[in-house]
Amino acid sequence: MARGAGWCSNQGVDSTDEGSGGPFGRAVDGEGAPVGRRVLLGTLALGAAGLAAAPYLQRGMERGLGAVAGKDPTGLTGLLPNGGGFRYYSVVSSVPEKGPEDYRLTVDGLVERPADYSLAELRALPQTRLVRDVQCVTGWRVPGTPFTGVRLSRLLDAAGVRSEATAVRFTCFDGAYSESLTLEQARRADVLVALELRDEPLGHDHGGPARLYVAPMYFYKSAKWLSGITLTRGVRRGYWEERGYDVDAWVGRSNGRDDAPTVA
Amino acid sequence: MPPPSPEPHAAHGAHVSHGAHVPYDARGPHGELPRDVRRFTPGERAVHWATAVLMGVCVATAACLYLPQFAQLVGRRALLVTVHEWSGLLLPVPFLCGLASRAFRADLRLLNRFGPHDRAWLASALARGRQRAREAGKFNAGQKVWAAWIAGAVLVMTGTGLLMWSTGPAPLVWRTAATFVHDWLALAVGVVLVGHVWLAANDPESRRGMRTGRVARAWARREHPLWRPPSEDFDPDAEENGGQSGGRDGQDAEASARPHH
Repeated sequence: MARGAGWCSNQGVDSTDEGSGGPFGRAVDGEGAPVGRRVLLGTLALGAAGLAAAPYLQRGMERGLGAVAGKDPTGLTGLLPNGGGFRYYSVVSSVPEKGPEDYRLTVDGLVERPADYSLAELRALPQTRLVRDVQCVTGWRVPGTPFTGVRLSRLLDAAGVRSEATAVRFTCFDGAYSESLTLEQARRADVLVALELRDEPLGHDHGGPARLYVAPMYFYKSAKWLSGITLTRGVRRGYWEERGYDVDAWVGRSNGRDDAPTVA
Repeated sequence: MPPPSPEPHAAHGAHVSHGAHVPYDARGPHGELPRDVRRFTPGERAVHWATAVLMGVCVATAACLYLPQFAQLVGRRALLVTVHEWSGLLLPVPFLCGLASRAFRADLRLLNRFGPHDRAWLASALARGRQRAREAGKFNAGQKVWAAWIAGAVLVMTGTGLLMWSTGPAPLVWRTAATFVHDWLALAVGVVLVGHVWLAANDPESRRGMRTGRVARAWARREHPLWRPPSEDFDPDAEENGGQSGGRDGQDAEASARPHH
């Protein structure tokens, strides 16, 4: 069979077939041009082309979808890739809900004065409001998102960090997640124990009632459902860091990504 | 996945070891043709259903990783990621195993080749023509396009998935690009899969073909008039599997009178 024959051509079609009785009497099953192979190879080529064009396409999609998503009452655009908005990630099957009555945040480890804060006590401390982009290591970005809460450095100072401590470990009441920062990173003014998102109390799905917010880093550093702050001698890798992600997760300078930094 | 039913001819495998094999020896006592014809061997059906299960796992885990509603319901992100990665990586394996089957390879050839009737079929389908001029061999043109496209799409998904998997210092502009292609192609695959299942849901006889391997002769004549079903107890795979019952010819009715050995 001629490989190059046009697939609509009857050339090379064997006529020994007893005939279909239809208008294509000479057609034989299994003869003709290898269009299936062409479709397959074409799909592969399109995939490769998409890979090459992705940076340009993605920018266009984000702009286009971002504009549409703002006016989309159905929220369906949020389900599309690069459709904008937060995505919910949890590493456990279910997370207990905690509120003003039962939420506790402990500060312990290498400190002079271990502490234990209720939600009301955290809210009574001076609040800091930061408006930065949120960048997830999986690619989604939420622009200009206000977080409000207590500076982590304030809690550290109140507890009195001992000289041998060089790092901070964070644990969560989901029972599995953990994170860590060096002491220097933890003392940055743009690292908060966040209590509000977009000027509303932090909801459960967003890690409420209190989460870590590390503005300059990929969002997995901003541990949800924060319950423990422990001063340690060295950095202990967190949940995703045990699974291959960078400990020093600066946006645009880690995890092999080149996103625009979230903090100037 | 239903367990593959036994080979239809296995029960009377003893009488096929004669030198020459006469086609249509499954005719009834009065020479009538059996009501059913065989469409898929157990091996082919195993390839289909193993692929379907892996694809189902891929889609389900993808939904739980990607759609906020399911993500909130299920959580367990690390486990889902692992299951998704491995089911995706294994997705081409049933196909590769299927290449050991002669029947499967023969069907791949039928799927690959487009005759003039296929072009007419596609034109009719695209025009939503009701003129019923839809000639088809064992597979119609829609099934051929579907098979070729989903094969290509699975390979692209596997490739981009592997690029996304590496968190190491891979050329990681690539990883972002791979994520982009993977996400959008996943959406397309999802839509097309729904179409596949929808069409199957509307054609019970077609489903029976993939479930039991057999379809009604009348259905085959109507839906696939150009298809020449194999004679009743020809087993294309038995030849390769060797053994006493092997060596039978008969892919084409004309050829099956050829003596063996």
